[in-house]
Amino acid sequence: MNAEQLIPILASTVGAATPLVYASLGELIVERAGVLNLGVEGMMLGGAIAGFAVTSQTGSLTLGFAAGMLAGMALALLFGFLTLTLQTNQVATGLALTLFGVGLSAFIGRGFVGTVVDGLKGISIPWLSDIPLIGPLLFRFDVLVYASIALFIVMQWFLNRTRAGLLVRAVGESPQSAHAIGYPVILIRYLAVLFGGAMSGLAGAYLSQAITPMWVEGMTAGRGWIALALVVFATWKPWRVVLGAYLFGGVTILQLHAQGFGVAIPSEFLSMLPYVATIVVLVIICRDPKTILLNQPVSLGQRFHPEA
Amino acid sequence: MLKLEPRPEPSRVMSYASPLLAVVLTLVSGFLLFSLLGKDPVQAFMVFFIKPVATLYGLGELCLKATPLMLCALGLALGFRANVWNIGAEGQLTLGAIVGGGVALWLHDVQGAWVLLPLMLVAGALGGMAWAAIPAFLRTRFNTNEILVSLMLVYVAKLLLSWLVHGPWRDPEGYNFPQSPMFHEAALLPLLVEGVRTNIAFLIALVLAAISWVFAEKTFAGFRFKVAGLAPAAASYAGFSEKRNVWLALMIGGGAAGLAGIAEVAGPIGQLQPSISPGYGFAAIIVAFVGRLHPFGVVLASLLMSLLYIGGETAQIQMALPAAVTGVFQGMLLFYLLAADLFINFRLRWKKRPQSAAPVVSIVSKEAA
Repeated sequence: MNAEQLIPILASTVGAATPLVYASLGELIVERAGVLNLGVEGMMLGGAIAGFAVTSQTGSLTLGFAAGMLAGMALALLFGFLTLTLQTNQVATGLALTLFGVGLSAFIGRGFVGTVVDGLKGISIPWLSDIPLIGPLLFRFDVLVYASIALFIVMQWFLNRTRAGLLVRAVGESPQSAHAIGYPVILIRYLAVLFGGAMSGLAGAYLSQAITPMWVEGMTAGRGWIALALVVFATWKPWRVVLGAYLFGGVTILQLHAQGFGVAIPSEFLSMLPYVATIVVLVIICRDPKTILLNQPVSLGQRFHPEA
Repeated sequence: MLKLEPRPEPSRVMSYASPLLAVVLTLVSGFLLFSLLGKDPVQAFMVFFIKPVATLYGLGELCLKATPLMLCALGLALGFRANVWNIGAEGQLTLGAIVGGGVALWLHDVQGAWVLLPLMLVAGALGGMAWAAIPAFLRTRFNTNEILVSLMLVYVAKLLLSWLVHGPWRDPEGYNFPQSPMFHEAALLPLLVEGVRTNIAFLIALVLAAISWVFAEKTFAGFRFKVAGLAPAAASYAGFSEKRNVWLALMIGGGAAGLAGIAEVAGPIGQLQPSISPGYGFAAIIVAFVGRLHPFGVVLASLLMSLLYIGGETAQIQMALPAAVTGVFQGMLLFYLLAADLFINFRLRWKKRPQSAAPVVSIVSKEAA
């Protein structure tokens, strides 16, 4: 393998990783606030179809991505209302959100099957993109790739260096104490859930408008669930989320290119790789119960009644 | 203003009424949805819910499609009771179809249905169990979340089936279609009534529902499940092994889903093909909840869910409504149910807005108590 072959592979790895970065960073904030939203897959599909529909109607990618985020937030609001206000079981409600998102997106998307939009293109940064090797590898991505890195940096700073980030963590570790001091636990959780929805929606919109600029029913193909697994893999730390997302992006791309390198394995087995890899990393991380105990937000998935 | 206040005791009436309330709310939303789509809602309702079951053949289809839903949901319901979240029934169903169907293809020359069919059903159940054993082993040995593992395995199972029917098991005389040869007559489940597609698997599912009720309500293992679900701390204090619960729940769930898979390919489908289930394994999650995680509730809920599937198909053919409307209904039904369940533990009371002095009084009364 030479550089000419390697560079496009590495570059497409970044593309495949970006939706995972968004979705799992969003879910990370949700879980750090103590809420387990298993509806990532559903919210991603909602974002994918909303974004695609708006872009194909208006021709504006900006509006499309905004619509994707709004759709994710709308679905997240539904989840928040049920789990935070009505105190329903978070696992069951998250599953319901995914099933609903799958159905709703297929329903809305039926008119858009087979159509295409002008997808998001990379921008060649002047001068830098012309540097041999490094240029095509680092400076020709689309704007959302760079934004995802910025999001990671901001989130790292937000969670560890700001008062608001401390609040989010406090609400996730001990909602009772946070409530006793007078912080609005439910409101903070709502905001976290909405942020998670926006990021999932954006991730979905990225799939349908940047990676493959078209709508296919169920096009997330389990990426929402992989994003959930990444948060566990990352032991709820943003930098490990990004690392994990890029590893998974690599696995996804590798299976696409493996046959090109003459690997004589049926394509179905190569397509299994991301899913099998998810299971393997989960086992590696969860093997030691202490890793999870020490890192998992204490109140994750539990209900909180402010009156109690 | 309206206020929610906790009930002193969970309401028994509400726990039965809440699925009905959820169905009514889903129907009302459906009414609005049909109107929004510019369809006559009354006609749409007839097409969706009445027409499909107005004939004997239609009723047969209802039972036929309810069978895999019932089988999967019975197993899932037992697991959910014990807080074991197996959501990969779709994958276990697929493996059941692969292993059971593999037996049918392998013993293609055996003509005796009395040998072949039981062998296929057992193989199907074992296939589902083997697939569910992976999350069970990883959860009990490596502490790995069964939700994510069982779900990932759905994709792996579907790809495995796709490889088999595209490759080694493809019908050599099938004009290159990705499907296995048709099963032999002896490898097909006998029909219950002539001219109706319902087969014996429906009866098997009903019998299993009864057995599952006995298991859940009358055996010690069923009791351990219940305690593990309602009071995990009490369960571990009583020395009930969590590992045993996890294994048992996943084996039952996987076996039942595997049975559903082989019943589909040895029933209405009659061969292996790339897609053998329109998401029955996922819809079964909803069936389990709407059926109150109770075996008899599951029987009723699976008939309802089956009606949604059939209604969706009929509406697609007769009114050009998208079949995906079924998925929207399914999701809505579960949302409404979860919300309606609120009223099992809470009730709505009309309360006057508290006067400014009221909070003080309440504090005093609390202190007095």
